[in-house]
Amino acid sequence: MTTQSITTISNENLISEVIKLKDEGYRLVQICATTVNSEYEITYSFALDYEFLCIRLMIPEEAEIMSISQVFAPAFLYENEMKDLFGIKINALSLDYQGNFYRLEQKTPYKNQ
Amino acid sequence: MSFASKSPWLIHYDGSSCNGCDIEVLACLTPVYDVERFGVINTGNPKHADIFLITGGINKQNEEVVKQIYDQMPSPKVVVAVGACACNGGIFKECYNIMGGVDKVLPVDIYVSGCAARPEAIIDGVVKAVALLDEKSKSISQGR
Amino acid sequence: MSARSIVPFGPQHPVLPEPIHLDLVLEDETVIEAIPSIGFVHRGLEKLVEKKDFQDYVYVAERICGICSFIHGMGYCSAIESTMGIEVPRRAEYLRTIWGEMSRIHSHLLWLGLLADAFGFESLFMQSWKLREKILDMFEMTTGGRVIFSVNQIGGVKRDMDSDTLKLFIKIFDDMKKELTALTKAFLNDYSVNTRLKGVGILTKEKAHELGAVGPMMRSSGIEIDTRKLGYSAYNELDFQVITSPVGDSYARTEVRINEIFQSIEIIRQAAQKIPDTELSLVVKGFPSGEYFMRAEQPRGEAIYYVKGNGTKFLDRVRVRTPTFANLPSMLEVLKGCQLADVPTLILTIDPCISCTER
Repeated sequence: MTTQSITTISNENLISEVIKLKDEGYRLVQICATTVNSEYEITYSFALDYEFLCIRLMIPEEAEIMSISQVFAPAFLYENEMKDLFGIKINALSLDYQGNFYRLEQKTPYKNQ
Repeated sequence: MSFASKSPWLIHYDGSSCNGCDIEVLACLTPVYDVERFGVINTGNPKHADIFLITGGINKQNEEVVKQIYDQMPSPKVVVAVGACACNGGIFKECYNIMGGVDKVLPVDIYVSGCAARPEAIIDGVVKAVALLDEKSKSISQGR
Repeated sequence: MSARSIVPFGPQHPVLPEPIHLDLVLEDETVIEAIPSIGFVHRGLEKLVEKKDFQDYVYVAERICGICSFIHGMGYCSAIESTMGIEVPRRAEYLRTIWGEMSRIHSHLLWLGLLADAFGFESLFMQSWKLREKILDMFEMTTGGRVIFSVNQIGGVKRDMDSDTLKLFIKIFDDMKKELTALTKAFLNDYSVNTRLKGVGILTKEKAHELGAVGPMMRSSGIEIDTRKLGYSAYNELDFQVITSPVGDSYARTEVRINEIFQSIEIIRQAAQKIPDTELSLVVKGFPSGEYFMRAEQPRGEAIYYVKGNGTKFLDRVRVRTPTFANLPSMLEVLKGCQLADVPTLILTIDPCISCTER
């Protein structure tokens, strides 16, 4: 199987990296958050034809990140999902459900208790 | 008097099942298993229905939905829980968004086991439901 | 000025096999915008990794969805096998391919039936499901289950198909082709079916790419990507072409899926001829560590299985990005500007699987 490249970048460079990928013709595949102790690891995956690459952010629990939904329109679904399930704060979402995308009884179940 | 046993109509609602039981319920209604030969018709309207088939476990979102469907059904009515999840939560019992089986919110009359429940088992459950329906309508008419 | 109104659609609606809720903003009969909200079948099964070890979790992965069950189990197992560096025996990979393609045939037939139901062609619905039962019988013969099989395990598969069974299957498929041709003719050539599908819900190639559509939804808009071409399981040794259509309407989506049914039969035939004689499964030692994104082609499109191990028997994270989730933006796009009466057909043409989507 092909190796998978995951590049860790800093929070400030997210938008510029994402715009670069958009210009190269990549499409958004998925966004995945993982709770690692008191931090979140957020992985954005992109694909161009059969090529696949990921960029990754490590952010502290209370940090805010920028939404990439202005660059990749489908991102709003993944970002609302992260917001609802993990409680990650996301800025400038194109369509913000305010925590009601998943209608859950127990809010942010994946957040570190 | 017991016209229901000649053609019981059923309504099906997908709680939070994985679809496995749902497609088996649908498989019961299509050729090969074909419960329509017993006069059973699948309806989307709760007011037409005698038997309520529920697949999947119950969560806070669909609790109100199933209660509403149940309340709208005219008496006598029978509730059938289809599959392990509808019986007691099944493999998803420990999930944060599952309250448990259907009997947490509704009085369940018949439990059909299996993951996914087999069409034969579902038909068996429906046939048992029909018998119960007759019993219930008898006691209602005697009470009058 | 025409009046605007909002029609709530779902969660319980006769045409919807599963609960999803849409708010449709209408101007007279035309849909201006559709806003989805989900969570009716959300179980939170990704969090079950904390309670079930990585081998038991196979059973949970198979129950992400009862229609795509087999490939969910396979995708999860492959992801774990990649993190552990396990080389699965070739026979197991071939068997996974055969069961996987059978899943695709049964899923596409199921979809054809539901589509026929959505545009009000009841007998076509029944005919599609009747054919589908034959595939389920074949599943039951080889795995013991009709919809959920539990034949996958980390390191291989649990059951074998002997050469007589494979020969029998090829024969069944040969016979089935005639019935399939007759059935699909109705979808492709019938006048009234065509009026419901042709030119309805057009998704352009650019939009499909921009909105990240996957699977038949993307391929029927002219993008030639099929993750089976990555060569997982036995696909690297099998010969097949990616099926596309340049048109992008509901008819094209139907056509692509129908052609994929015939293609899957061909792939099964090749696999049955080439299947090598090896053992079925390896004994797995140790625990997964590291992470892997497995990409597998579900009947509905590319699915992503992400696993992250920490060297113990409990995984840190499992994440599944299912094809319907990726197709939601495209669904909202094709709904814009359509007639209210076309909404059920359009929702169905993405082949939605809500149980997958919400997990």
